[in-house]
Amino acid sequence: MIEVKDIYFTYPTGVEALKGVSLSIGDGEFVAVMGQNGAGKTTLVKHFNGLLKPAKGGVLVDGVSTRDVSVAKLARKVGFVFQNPDHQLFCETVEEEIAFALRNFGFDEVTVEKRVTWALNLLDLAEYRKTSPFMLSGGERKRVALASVLAWDPSVVILDEPTIGQDHRQKEILRQFIVQLNGQGKTVVVVTHDVEFVAECNPRVVLMTEGKVVADGEAKKILTDTVLTLTASIVPPQITQIFLGLKDLGLPSDVIDVSEAKRILLDYLEGVKH
Amino acid sequence: MSVFEGFRFRRVTSPIHRLDPRVKFFYVLAMFVIAIIFTQFFPLVVLFFLQVPFVLVAGVRKEWLRSLRGALFLVVMIFAFNFVFGYLYRTYPTTAALLEYSLAMALRFLVLVESFSVFFLTTSPDHLSLALEQSHVPYEFTFAFTTAVRFVPVLAEEAQTIMDAQKARGLELERGNFLKRVRNYIPILIPLIVSAIRRSLELAEAMESRAWGATNKRTNLYVLKMKLGDFVLVLLSILLIVVGVYVYYFVSIPSLTTFLPPLPF
Repeated sequence: MIEVKDIYFTYPTGVEALKGVSLSIGDGEFVAVMGQNGAGKTTLVKHFNGLLKPAKGGVLVDGVSTRDVSVAKLARKVGFVFQNPDHQLFCETVEEEIAFALRNFGFDEVTVEKRVTWALNLLDLAEYRKTSPFMLSGGERKRVALASVLAWDPSVVILDEPTIGQDHRQKEILRQFIVQLNGQGKTVVVVTHDVEFVAECNPRVVLMTEGKVVADGEAKKILTDTVLTLTASIVPPQITQIFLGLKDLGLPSDVIDVSEAKRILLDYLEGVKH
Repeated sequence: MSVFEGFRFRRVTSPIHRLDPRVKFFYVLAMFVIAIIFTQFFPLVVLFFLQVPFVLVAGVRKEWLRSLRGALFLVVMIFAFNFVFGYLYRTYPTTAALLEYSLAMALRFLVLVESFSVFFLTTSPDHLSLALEQSHVPYEFTFAFTTAVRFVPVLAEEAQTIMDAQKARGLELERGNFLKRVRNYIPILIPLIVSAIRRSLELAEAMESRAWGATNKRTNLYVLKMKLGDFVLVLLSILLIVVGVYVYYFVSIPSLTTFLPPLPF
């Protein structure tokens, strides 16, 4: 359970990144934080594991204020996968890379070994166990970064722009994986620009503009709201754009799911035929 | 990192900022030479305060103070080392003389930091590269130098991100004894170096695809020209050297101990 109570944050450069954000994320929820560049998305989620502390207001993780505990302690509960895997990879082998956090958290070597094997299999990296992470492709490096966080089994996983630089197939695998993680009861928070990705996952969406939350609710409601998407500089998913254009035919405009769209169109065509 | 803050250029204008960077560098060198030849306390105090007007005219008092504060740790170290080793090896007849000598050595370092700080605080990277170019340094080197300077803030920001990423994986920088703490920085330095190398390769490709180095003879929109103020500073710097050398050879410099009551030990 993460509770954000009216937080304000200003960077040393003077940029006011957060201006009064309140939010509550329950256990096992799947949340997508969306909004344009500089809206404060990453700044907000960096408060969840204490990397940033609010200037005003407070953040509680399972009832404990992030001001009272170290990042290392919070990280045990809240895993954070950074946007660029190159900002964290430094070991000689993939195996070492994944073991790094486990050793920091003080797991014994037997458990470290077990967890590493588990995480490697989870992300389909077993064959690269002894490979240098620097020799891997971009997508694989991203998976190593993800594995190195999931290895310690945090109850909350934050992913910053997970789909950037991934080809379509990788993205689909990643999507299924994230949905599966959430299905296993983990709280998942995704920071993203990728509307299509969000449309396919259908999570709760927190929409931000200029350091404030402007909307919070079902993806289906928010992504199909033309006024909201315009203020937050995002484009509705392609499916929604089609249905927005077909409004005059009496079709619903709040459609983000491909199979739902197919069903509605088939029904409509059936009606036209008769 | 505050010591570096004292060297970072900020875009403001003042008579000192407008001076020719070559002349300013000559002044720094003069300061350097004079500070190096003296080991006594009084001349170094004079050198230290001689530069204060420059700082005030340039309007960089805050940044200058910050650089001095950043250098404080090293100043204390220099003082302590000189004093301790001087004491152990009995290089000075009295403790008071040794104390004065150690103080002078610490002050000498401060004078050097001060003059370089004034130089870098009041000279823009563009001016610096122009100065290098007009001193017939090959353009490739000039470019490499200015690019390095320009990328410092980018690198600093990246280091912060990497630190965050590793902290999120349970790294505690402040934990353990001295050796462990140094080792804690490996997970930060390696990604930083790797990404810096990668960025430089990308930059090189981007530059080459925009025909960098296609012409052999480059011209500049702005050309440095010596003005009245520049000649004045050159004269002042020469005067400084002349007076310094004269004092060094022909004037007996009083010791601090002659003005103070004798130490009780």
